[in-house]
This record gives sequence, structure tokens and C-alpha cells, in this order.
Amino acid sequence: MPGILHCVVYACAAVFVAAVGWRFYKIQTLPIHLRWELYPVPTEGKRAEHGGSRLEEVDWWTKAHRPDWLRELRFMFSEMILIKALFEHNRKLWRWSFPFHFGLYLTAGWGALLVLGALLELGGLKVGAGAGGLGAALSGLTVAVGVCGMALGIVGGLGLLRARLTDEDMKPYTNFSHYFNLLFIAGALALTLAAWAAADRDFSLFRRWAASALSLNLSAHAGSRWVSGSILVLALLAAYVPLTHMSHFFVKWFTWHRIRWDDEPNVKGGRIEIMIQKALQYPVSWSAEHVNADGKKTWADIATEEMK
Amino acid sequence: METQKKNSPLAVGTEDKGAPPTGGAKGKEFRLEDISRPQGQWAHVDNRDLMPMPAPLDHPEAEPEWRPLSERARETYECALDDTLVLSIPKPKSKEEERELVEKFLHGLRKLFSKEDNWTFLRPLTLSMEHCANCQTCSEACHIFEASGRNPIYRPTCRSEILRRLYHKYIKPGGQFLAKWRHGDVELNWPALARLAELSYRCNLCRRCAQTCPIGVDNGLIARELRKLFSQELGIHTKELHDRGSVLQLKVGSSTGMNPLVVKDNIDFIDEDMTEKTGIKIETPWDKAGADVLLIHNAGEIMAWPENPGAFAVILQAAGVSWTLSSEAVAYDGINYGLFYDDVMLAKVVVKHAQAAKKLGVKKIVIGECGHAHKALTVIADRVLTGDLNIPRESAMTLLREIVLSDRLRFDPSRNDFPVTLHDPCNLVRLMGVVEPQREIVRKLCPKFREMTPHGVDNYCCGGGSGFAIHSAHNFEDWRFKISGRKKLQQILNAFADCPGPEIKKYVCAPCSNCKGQIRDILNYYELWEKWGILYGGLVELIVNAMADVKPGFIEWEWR
Repeated sequence: MPGILHCVVYACAAVFVAAVGWRFYKIQTLPIHLRWELYPVPTEGKRAEHGGSRLEEVDWWTKAHRPDWLRELRFMFSEMILIKALFEHNRKLWRWSFPFHFGLYLTAGWGALLVLGALLELGGLKVGAGAGGLGAALSGLTVAVGVCGMALGIVGGLGLLRARLTDEDMKPYTNFSHYFNLLFIAGALALTLAAWAAADRDFSLFRRWAASALSLNLSAHAGSRWVSGSILVLALLAAYVPLTHMSHFFVKWFTWHRIRWDDEPNVKGGRIEIMIQKALQYPVSWSAEHVNADGKKTWADIATEEMK
Repeated sequence: METQKKNSPLAVGTEDKGAPPTGGAKGKEFRLEDISRPQGQWAHVDNRDLMPMPAPLDHPEAEPEWRPLSERARETYECALDDTLVLSIPKPKSKEEERELVEKFLHGLRKLFSKEDNWTFLRPLTLSMEHCANCQTCSEACHIFEASGRNPIYRPTCRSEILRRLYHKYIKPGGQFLAKWRHGDVELNWPALARLAELSYRCNLCRRCAQTCPIGVDNGLIARELRKLFSQELGIHTKELHDRGSVLQLKVGSSTGMNPLVVKDNIDFIDEDMTEKTGIKIETPWDKAGADVLLIHNAGEIMAWPENPGAFAVILQAAGVSWTLSSEAVAYDGINYGLFYDDVMLAKVVVKHAQAAKKLGVKKIVIGECGHAHKALTVIADRVLTGDLNIPRESAMTLLREIVLSDRLRFDPSRNDFPVTLHDPCNLVRLMGVVEPQREIVRKLCPKFREMTPHGVDNYCCGGGSGFAIHSAHNFEDWRFKISGRKKLQQILNAFADCPGPEIKKYVCAPCSNCKGQIRDILNYYELWEKWGILYGGLVELIVNAMADVKPGFIEWEWR
């Protein structure tokens, strides 16, 4: 039933894109919040080395401020790839969390390399161990990245699972979904690794199937139950992740860049002032007596009302 | 007796599920679900569990005993969390009243996640609700959790996870069906809410935990949002922050109770005192239209530490700054306790400050030595004030640095030749990024300056943060001194480890009124002025003490 696998994978890809897009849209369209930054803020440039801000300067509003985006990118890179905060503050967990996350990044990279190889094959270039030149190099790289990524992900995932089962600090905060998520991810990676070991040592079957999916060739077979099984599970995993708290893989951009590091001042007549003025017109319905709200008075009314 | 269904939001916790544990909520027996237990205290605090301290407090047997809550307090108020009490919530008189309170909480919970009622923090709150991985990294950063001997109810994640479970169950679509499986469950009843309200006041809101989170979840914010829900919907807040704090300030002019006439009288007295102490005629300007600077003090300084506003006057006058105080009600008191518990009160005070500055036509507002006033008026107010009310605002630290590092005043640092360490107020440093100006001053004027470890944005809270420093009802001071202030005290003692004993006088510089009050109280509690010669004070006192044109001895080495 080759067409069914294709349809499931298309559906999972659609769920992934829709879930990420929907979540992104929901967060993006939330109203402006009060400043709640936390220092150091890397865009503050050299001052970020001691955690300082532009507020350290006399008449700071008269000074030109150029955000140091390069420093933020460097900070973000070390945070996302190396999980620096965990390394510095929870080394015990980082020992498992880093291989787990890095393994997932490599596995995602493996997927991208498969797609790239499939596109090249559709363009007429042979990709595989015996292809020679670029095709052989790409094939070798795909195997190296995929196998390393999956192995790291499995080791890290099992380590995290063990931590959740045995760590007295984490146990009261661990629920069924934590176990399920880790087992799901480690299981999907293990199945794919098993497919590589048992049936597809250069991932050519995966690549060929990817080419069929890209070219909408629904009659193509995966060539092995190992391969079709792991494609199915990986697709389901991709659809599941953005529906859970694991969507932090992209939400982190908001929590860090848009909240923790958001120190953009409100300038008269600027876009922030316009957003604040809009928010101040929202009606207030809090019930406590001192708020004195009636569901019609706005935040601007309440804030300027004399205390009775 | 009517028995409520376990998952009903109206369950009131009347069902006794067995004898309540009497020990601390520690180790393997700790369960978040126990917050809903109908009877018994959730956790205990004990001297034997407390974090060890360096000399001269390295004898645990000498640790003062905990004062128990009075029988009257136990009978009158909800006190089923730990061994102390901040909120003094009267016990509901009937099950019906309990049900109403639970229902109100649910209304408030919905408002907390609506853009109209909570645009102010909806985005950070929602993301913190939905993306925590429960890795507990934040716990290791929390001074309260560490100092208590890792009492599990003081984990930053404890109150957050309970709110998170309620959020998933009652706010998210389909929560009644899937939430328990996906996120865990907590029974919503009155005992749970009474404990949760009290638990929201076991956090200093220092946000050191948020700084370490790999995902960017903010448990400090969650504690504040919980306080806000209880305040803005149920009218539950502490008397110190609300009735005797924000309300008094907005009605009379200051949370100290000083009206404009009294504050002017007090400043006149301070001017006279400063003139005598310094040998320079000091005259504080009031309501000077068009001045460059409107200085706003924490009015508590005027009452408790008059040498602080006095020292400001000496410095600004000597440096030739065009400045003024405002006698407009509220505008002579930088306090804004709304920052700790209530957006409405926060906004009202911020607007009053800005209106006074606008009326005087000053070029900028400068905030005196008060951390939370800094945060409220400089950063938070930045997204409240618009148009003509958006008057430039800055920290006194930067203005003072400019004065001290310029040649406008002559200094003799040898007058400050005693060990000095610097406390970093969380609101000023970690939450605003004003780190170096005060250090540059102290480095220039204090030859024996030494840093605490850690310091700057990695500092520890004084333990009086989020208004705790003004809370002393029942036996809460014991908790504030033994637990929330313990880490800071450890840091202070370590900073002065090379000069033990009472003979060498030492100075803890705390450029924040709230922190200064807390540091005074913990030093006093452990008798560290008598035993170790440690005094506390602000930054401007050190500056004036080193001014060559001022009579020597501005800092008086006596306990106050």
C-alpha cells in the first residue's frame, strides 16, 4: 500500500507546518507586553559583558543605540546548539540533554541531506556509495550525519528518561507525557537506525522514497518494511512535536529575543507608542473593589482615576 | 455533608483523606497534588535543615528558635502552607463561601489569560505556561530553595507547576479530558487556593531563576501573576503592600503616611542637620519649575535614613545641578508597590509621577536609591506612559557617576579607608542592567572595596525583595531572616572574611531602600554589628563621606 504511506507523510508534513505556523501566529499577534527584560542583553554590545544596558548612560535617550545583532546571533548559536544555559547551571542534566538535542539536530540535518540527494537524483545525478564524486560524498555525509545523530539522540533520550525515573528533584514534576515523548523520540530514532543496519546501509532506499514523495509518485515502494516503518514513525513524530511543549525549539526565539532581551524603548510617536495606546483602550473587568472596573472603563480610564 | 467530585472546580476540600503528614514536604513523599489536601500544614521549616553559614554564624545550635504562629492566628487565618503567614486570609465561614472563592479564582484565571485584562504580561505568561520542560535547572539558582535546605515547596517550579496544571485543565480547550494525562492534575479546592496564594509570597521576584532557564521560562513572573490574580480579582493582598502601601500613597501622598506639608517639614529638618554635619549651607529646592532634574526618593529614606536624602542634597548642590523635589502628592515618594502584586496600582502611581514631572516642566526624572522605583518608573512605565507623560527617566547612579568621575567635586578617598562591599539590588542590576556606574564610584572612593561572590547580574537578592522587607506580621520576620535573607548574609560574611571581629568596622553599601532595610534587619537579627562590626548604608553617604570640602565623619559608626 505505497500510496497510503505517501498520504500519511504529506498529512504529517502539513500538520507540522500548520502547527508551527499557527503557534507562531498566535504568539506574534498577542498584544505588546510591558518591558520585562533580563540582563545581560547581548544586543547591548560590549556592555553585555558585564550585563550592562544603555540605562547606564546619563541622558541615555539622547545617545544613538545600535543593537549588536552579531553578538545576539553568537549568543543564540551557543545557546541553541550547545545548550549553554544548561551547561552552566545544570551540568548533570546537560550530559544527557546535549547529546539528545544535538542528535536531533543532526537527524534533522540527515533529513535535509536526504531531500537534497533526492532532488539531485531527480535532476539526473546519481547519489550513492558507488556513484563517485559529489554523489558518493553526499551519500557518505548522509550516512555519517544520520548514524551519529540517531545514536546520540538515542543515548541522550535514554539518559533523560533515566534521569526522569530516578532523579528525586525531577520525579514529582514528571508525568506520563514526559516518558511518552522521550520514548517516542528514542524509539523513532532507534527504528531508523535499525532500518539502516538491517536494510539500507547507504540510505539509498530512504533517498529514493524521498524522491518519489517529492515528485508525487505515489506508486513507489519504500523497498523495505524497516524503511517504510521508520518513515511512518518519523513523520508522526514530526507532526507531534509542535503540538507539545517541545515546540520550544522555535518558541525560544520569542522567550529570549522578544521577551528576555526586549529592551526597545518607547519613543514618542513611534510604533511601540501606537501599540501601547491601543492596549490602553482595552476594557478592564477585574472584580476587586480597588480596581473599580465595570467592563467598560479602559486601562487608560482606570490608570488615571483618583483612588477613592 | 455533601461530597464534591474530585475534579470539580467547586470541590472545597472537606473530605478528609487520612491523617495529614506532620513532617516537612520533603523527599520521596512530596507530591504536588498534596496542595489540595483538605487539612494539615503542607510543609515545615526547621533550623536543622537550613543552609550552613560561615563564621561567626557557624554554630547551628546558636541559631535563634522559630517563633510559632499564635493560636489566634491559626484559628483566624488560613495557615496551611508552612510555619508562617504573610497574607492573613480570613478562614471562610462556610462551604458556600469557599465555593464562591474558588469560582472567583476561576474567573480571575480566565482574565489572566485574556488580552483585554492582562495585555501587560499575557505573552510572557502564556509562553512560560506552555513551554517549561520541568528540568529543575531554575531551582539551583533560587536562594530561598537553597537556604531552606531544599524544601520542595520553595522550588521556583512548585507554584508554577500548580498554576500550569490549572491552566491546562481550565483554560486550554479540551483540558478536562487530556490535561491530566498530558500535564498532571491538581484538584482545585479552597485549601489548594489558600496555600497557592500564600506560596506566591514565598518568592522575592528576583528572577535569578529565569536567568538560568534554557528555554526562557520565568517562574518569578508566574509568582507575580498569581499575586496579581488574587489581588485584582479576589482582593487578596498583603496589608503592607496594599492598604498601608499603594492605597495610602495614592490617598495621602506617601506610603509612609507623610502628606506634602509633613514631607516638607521633614526635609527642612534634614537640611538643617546636613548644614550642621557638613559645614555647608544646604537648601533643598521644592517645586522649581523648569529644573533639569526632578529627584524622586523612596520616602522611607526621609523617615528611616534621613542622611540619604540629605547626602543627595549635599552632592547635587555642590555639583551645581539644577534640581528639585516635588511637593505634589505621590511625587515625593518613588515607592510603587504595584510592581510586586497589582498592575492597576502600578499604573496609577506611575501616572502620578509622570504628571508631577510634566507639571513642573523638568527635563528628566532621576530616581534615588530605590531599586523597585527604578524598575517601575524607568522600565515598566516605558510601556504605560505615552505622549507628554513620556518624560525621560534615569537612574541616580549614572548622574552620581558623572559627578564623581568629573572634576566638579574634590574627594579624599582615605576618609573611606574601611572595608566596603556592594550589594546589587535585583531591580536595578539584573532587571535594568545598571551595573557599572555604582561600581565605578565605589572603586574610586573606597580603597578597601571588595566584591561579593557572585555579583552584578548574577547577584543574590537581599531576601527583602518584592516588598518582603516591610513585612513583619505574625512571625514572618523569622522566615525573612532565616531563609530569604540567608544567602545574602552568607555573601556579606564571606566578603568580609579577611577582617573578622568587631574591631574593624565594615560597610555594606546597598543603594536601595528596600534592600537596606532588609540588610539592617538581618544584621540586627544575628547581632552582626556587635559581633562583627558590620554597618550598612547607601551609596551617597559614601560619596559625601569622601568629599574633601565637607567636615570629616559624615558616616557615623553607630547602629541605627
